[in-house]
Amino acid sequence: MSKTNGISIGRRIFNRIGTYGRSLVIGVPLWWLIIFFLIPFAVVFKISFAESLIARPPYSKLLEWKDGLMVLKLHLSNYGYLIDDDLYILAYWSSIKVAFFSTLIALLIAYPMAYYIARTTERRRGVLLMLIILPFWTSFLLRVYAWIGILKTNGIINNVLMSLGITSEPIVMMQTNFAVYVGIVYTYLPFMILPLFTNLVKLDNSLLEASADLGASPITTFFKVTLPLSMPGMIAGSMLVFIPVVGEFVIPALLGGPDTLMIGKVLWNEFFSNRDWPVASAVAIVMLVLLIVPIVLMRNAQQASAGASS
Amino acid sequence: MDTPQKIANGAKPWIEQAETPFIRISNLTKKFGEFTAVDNITLDIYREELFCLLGGSGCGKSTLLRMLAGFENPTSGRVEIDGQDMANVPAYARPTNMMFQSYALFPHMTVEKNVAYGLMRDGVSKSDAADQVADMLNLVQLSEFAKRKPEQLSGGQRQRVALARSLIKKPKLLLLDEPLGALDKKLREETQFELINIQESLGVTFIVVTHDQEEAMTLSTRIGVMDQGEIVQVGEPHEVYEFPQTRFVADFIGSVNIFEGRVSADATDYVRIHSQEGDCDIHVSHGVSCTENQKLWFAIRPEKLTISREKPRGKFNFVKGVIDEIAYQGNLSVYRIKLASGKIVRVTKSNRARHDGDAFSWDDNVYVSWDEAAGVVLAQ
Ligand SMILES: Nc1ncnc2c1ncn2[C@@H]1O[C@H](COP(=O)(O)OP(=O)(O)OP(=O)(O)O)[C@@H](O)[C@H]1O
Ligand SMILES: [Mg+2]
Repeated sequence: MSKTNGISIGRRIFNRIGTYGRSLVIGVPLWWLIIFFLIPFAVVFKISFAESLIARPPYSKLLEWKDGLMVLKLHLSNYGYLIDDDLYILAYWSSIKVAFFSTLIALLIAYPMAYYIARTTERRRGVLLMLIILPFWTSFLLRVYAWIGILKTNGIINNVLMSLGITSEPIVMMQTNFAVYVGIVYTYLPFMILPLFTNLVKLDNSLLEASADLGASPITTFFKVTLPLSMPGMIAGSMLVFIPVVGEFVIPALLGGPDTLMIGKVLWNEFFSNRDWPVASAVAIVMLVLLIVPIVLMRNAQQASAGASS
Repeated sequence: MDTPQKIANGAKPWIEQAETPFIRISNLTKKFGEFTAVDNITLDIYREELFCLLGGSGCGKSTLLRMLAGFENPTSGRVEIDGQDMANVPAYARPTNMMFQSYALFPHMTVEKNVAYGLMRDGVSKSDAADQVADMLNLVQLSEFAKRKPEQLSGGQRQRVALARSLIKKPKLLLLDEPLGALDKKLREETQFELINIQESLGVTFIVVTHDQEEAMTLSTRIGVMDQGEIVQVGEPHEVYEFPQTRFVADFIGSVNIFEGRVSADATDYVRIHSQEGDCDIHVSHGVSCTENQKLWFAIRPEKLTISREKPRGKFNFVKGVIDEIAYQGNLSVYRIKLASGKIVRVTKSNRARHDGDAFSWDDNVYVSWDEAAGVVLAQ
């Protein structure tokens, strides 16, 4: 082989690696999505049209050979079942309600915290961010169990209240919606704080000065300048809280009571107690659709407003 | 108005001292940690003045304005506006408006909303505000951009929005931090003119920071020259130009030739300075308080120098050199003349004739001479 040939082959290989490299970089997240999201989704989607059987796996096949013909059997009854039994509609509705109010509460608590962290000195900011992230280093379950210890009838709060003589009877907090809200807001607060912080820390101080200069009091400046400019952070944080809370299972199961109805719990029951995989799959699919539709709408609205301003 | 006579009519309250100053800055100092950004400034500014602050980058001009507007707390000293001590008055309650060097336009509002912002805060009715905004946008020639967001504007257009936003409230004191830097020459001249108009019709007092000394000369009633946090000279434009008190001021405002020398003769009505640099004796036709052999500097502007081929008559005030470079600038030409000592002297000569047959050219041996009252003697 001549030398020039060797070089050109080398270059060709190199070029090919270049294009491969590029598609690799784009490809990895794509494959990740396909393997860990789309395929399971397709499987769940498929099961949602099957019939529940006492078998292994506990559902019927969609495709069957019958008399030399391929037969596709779709059972829409699972979806019909969801509509018929108002348990599911109630569960969806109460999940969305819980998610909405937890998001709102988290936003109200997170905003001042994020604002303070963004406006304080660089050194203190590092420490505070560390404190926000620190809970992630211990198990989530452990932290929820800790809340049981705090909230239960002879838990920390009741002990303190009674020893101070503020109440004579312990206040029942465990296994109520209150405990569920506490657990959810506590768990998801960092997901609200962090995007808000990244947004607020970029806020140009001279805009606040300009507002003050034009006669706006600090409160007016907040509502006219800071709040509108932090909208993207609020939306991002709210998404990060709202979406997982709708499907939250562990917190309502551990802290909530029998009347805490959330779709995550229903899903769990269908899968593991009733072993009705098709209905459980249908529940999951409907939940996904319920979540995706508002997200897509929101994204479109955001893009439209970004498009109008650029 | 309680003013005895208006500045617009030629009154000079800083000389007459007949009225109390509108702004009194006394011993104002601002330190950032160890660094002194504004160093013990004492300055009085009178009603309806258009005061220009000139100085190099980082000399503390913006910091001084920010203290007047209330965004920076002075480390020491005091600011009084219209007789009121500003120490405990927050920015939003001060009778000032500022145009920021970075413009600080609200990115989420249209041009119109940005300009109207100050009026809305004062509770001006929507329709009133809309009228005023339309007038103001017309003034800065931005009417057709009213509905745009700041990010959709060019740098110069943004600057005009910032200007309009600060002008619209017609405050008692307007602080403009480099208001015209990004505008082209024509628009800049129009806007300068407009600023003077606004100032004369509304009686607003302006403090304007600029890098452009020509702008400072045309606009201002007085100029304050700053250096490293201090005000080194305050005066009317021609004073600062013709009678600089230090080499820094002479050099900063306009261009200047400076000869270093020692006093060789000191009389009541003249001084003579001998300069090694110029290899000449400089005769100055007025007395200077100095001592024999003291080190001094003689500063002379390029336009006050004359070039000739023949040796000037008289014993003093000329140097000999070779033309090193000629820069033709249309209305005038700048000659760089190299002296035997290696020093370069700049001379400007206005181009009176369209074609000058007897023009000087490169490497010509020439004499540069000046009048005995043309320069200034500086002790520092
Ligand atoms: N917040 C601050 N912290 C520390 N140093 C500062 C701060 N603000 C300004 N300085 C310093 O103070 C000095 C004066 O700054 P200032 O902005 O007043 O300069 P300037 O005269 O307006 O300059 P320019 O013409 O470049 O705008 C600079 O050296 C600057 O680095
Ligand atoms: Mg500045």
